[in-house]
Amino acid sequence: MRLMGRVGRWFDDRLQLGKPMMATMAHPVPRQTASWFYVFGSAALTVFALHGWGSNFMLAIVLIHMVQVFLFGAYKFPRELTWIIGVLLLLVTLGMAFTGQVLRFDQDAYWGLGLGASIVSRVPVLGPALVNLLLGGPIIASATLSRFFALHVFVIPGLLIGFVGLHLLLVLKLGINEWPMPGRIVRRANYLAEYHELTERDGIPFVPAAVWKDIIFSGFVLLSISACAALFGPFGPGGPPDPTIIQTAPHPDFFFLWLYALLSFLPPAAETPVLLIGPVIALGVLIALPFFAGEGEKSWKRRPIAVLTVLLAAVALGSLTHLGAHTPWSPVMDAWSGEPIPEKYLKGRTALERHGALVLQLKQCRNCHSLDETGGKRGPALDGVAVRLTQDQLIRQVVQGGGNMPAYGKNLSPAETTALVAFLETLHPPGQAPASDASRAAIVP
Amino acid sequence: MTSSERPSRRGIFLGLGLLLNAIAGLTLAVPILRYLFSPVSRGRKPGSRAWVSLGRVEKFPAGQTRFATYRNPVVTPSDGETATIPCWVRNIDGERFQIFAINCAHLGCPVRWFPQSNLFMCPCHGGAYYADGSRASGPPERGLFEYRYRVDGGTLFIEAGAMPTPGASLASLTVRRPPCA
Repeated sequence: MRLMGRVGRWFDDRLQLGKPMMATMAHPVPRQTASWFYVFGSAALTVFALHGWGSNFMLAIVLIHMVQVFLFGAYKFPRELTWIIGVLLLLVTLGMAFTGQVLRFDQDAYWGLGLGASIVSRVPVLGPALVNLLLGGPIIASATLSRFFALHVFVIPGLLIGFVGLHLLLVLKLGINEWPMPGRIVRRANYLAEYHELTERDGIPFVPAAVWKDIIFSGFVLLSISACAALFGPFGPGGPPDPTIIQTAPHPDFFFLWLYALLSFLPPAAETPVLLIGPVIALGVLIALPFFAGEGEKSWKRRPIAVLTVLLAAVALGSLTHLGAHTPWSPVMDAWSGEPIPEKYLKGRTALERHGALVLQLKQCRNCHSLDETGGKRGPALDGVAVRLTQDQLIRQVVQGGGNMPAYGKNLSPAETTALVAFLETLHPPGQAPASDASRAAIVP
Repeated sequence: MTSSERPSRRGIFLGLGLLLNAIAGLTLAVPILRYLFSPVSRGRKPGSRAWVSLGRVEKFPAGQTRFATYRNPVVTPSDGETATIPCWVRNIDGERFQIFAINCAHLGCPVRWFPQSNLFMCPCHGGAYYADGSRASGPPERGLFEYRYRVDGGTLFIEAGAMPTPGASLASLTVRRPPCA
């Protein structure tokens, strides 16, 4: 032990890092800031080196950290730049997640690249050039992989380390945010003096008074990542990146599911503007935030709009992610051959109606329409369709399509259409009569 | 230092040192930037857009739509299976063809052909296309991308070379629509 101390002193006589380190460790932080709420920033720091599950945890903790910083008003004067670098860190983290997903170079990575290329191609004028830049050539191939390797291993980590360094430097220089007290108003004129007063008079040294919570939480997060890796195993790689294997339903990683879902709900004409202008606006708002809300209340208890904004964003992202995990808009490609028509819909039916059931099955209607909860959910479920549509409406819908349904007029013979509609007319709950056209009864006696 | 003062020797050497470092930095940056921008800046390799064979015409019976693959015109040994590109070949009437890219016009996912219902369906966001490639339903803004083709000595050739994307109106992918069949 004494020997270790002497070796340590020998190094420090030359390096002379001991004093500044002690000063950094002992720098005073406001007493209430040594709180459990302040552990997310340092946790984000400790997990970014790990992979797979680490990337999910990293994104989750970065988002929690961002929400906490926003609700605690920590982005206000004088910490505007810390917030802006934090926003850049969020972008860089998303960049790490996307490029990391590509480096798995499996089926999902291949088609994910196609998706990325299709999005950037929509940029006016520069689109085709950007596709080539993204893919490293005219098609997704080994040059693409090299490019994403360079991005994931050199370019983005370089930015990440640089931004994290600046972020931490600013935390040290400007001091960690004090606990937001309702009624304690931030004003540019006297905030620095007030903060100085708060830390000098009532402060406690960062090490060990505050840091132990960070260390415990970081350890907890690292253990959780290991536990996830051990219990659930790695995700991917999926099938080989072979474009000729088209029996696949490409799916992005968890943190891009919301975007995947959004892309299926935007009306076709709105898609390009939303994809290109939306991110610019979102980024602009995030960067401008500390400038138009740089003063005033810090406590979330006095900032109802801030709380509502967070809730709205959370509900929106959560719902889209949930939808993205279930993809109700995707046709179920093998429903027509894999999901038989429930027996109850066939019992006691006429030959014509049963032939209609066969047409329904054979023409892949089930890929988009469910019966008894099986089949696709792109279109409405057909159980009870006869209650909603009359015979004429059914014929029109089948032949002409519409409302996001293809027209089947050319693909069905008149006999098939008659049989199909006859079957669809039987799909109504036992006690409920099918819809009928009242005017018909008036004309046909 | 005011303008009337003579620049000091130290100042001049500092400037010189900075200049030298800037030159060194540029020399290093140029090849890196050229690598990064090479897909756009360098001219296309000769033959990057070329006519490739899909095989004998007999492989594609009249009135049917069949799956076909081809090797991308420019391939490096490390490309492996990624350079084998699939497409859909529709033989309209034994003489006229339509060759569709596999990529959905929405976001590039692989569309699948269903001969029973005469539809292409996309597994990603539910885009659907009719047999002639025109949009049937779902989020795509346009019909499927088409390759230019020609039949030469009983062999079907298409002009290929780049992944089709919705924004890029590639010369070879804009063909006159044959009448809706």
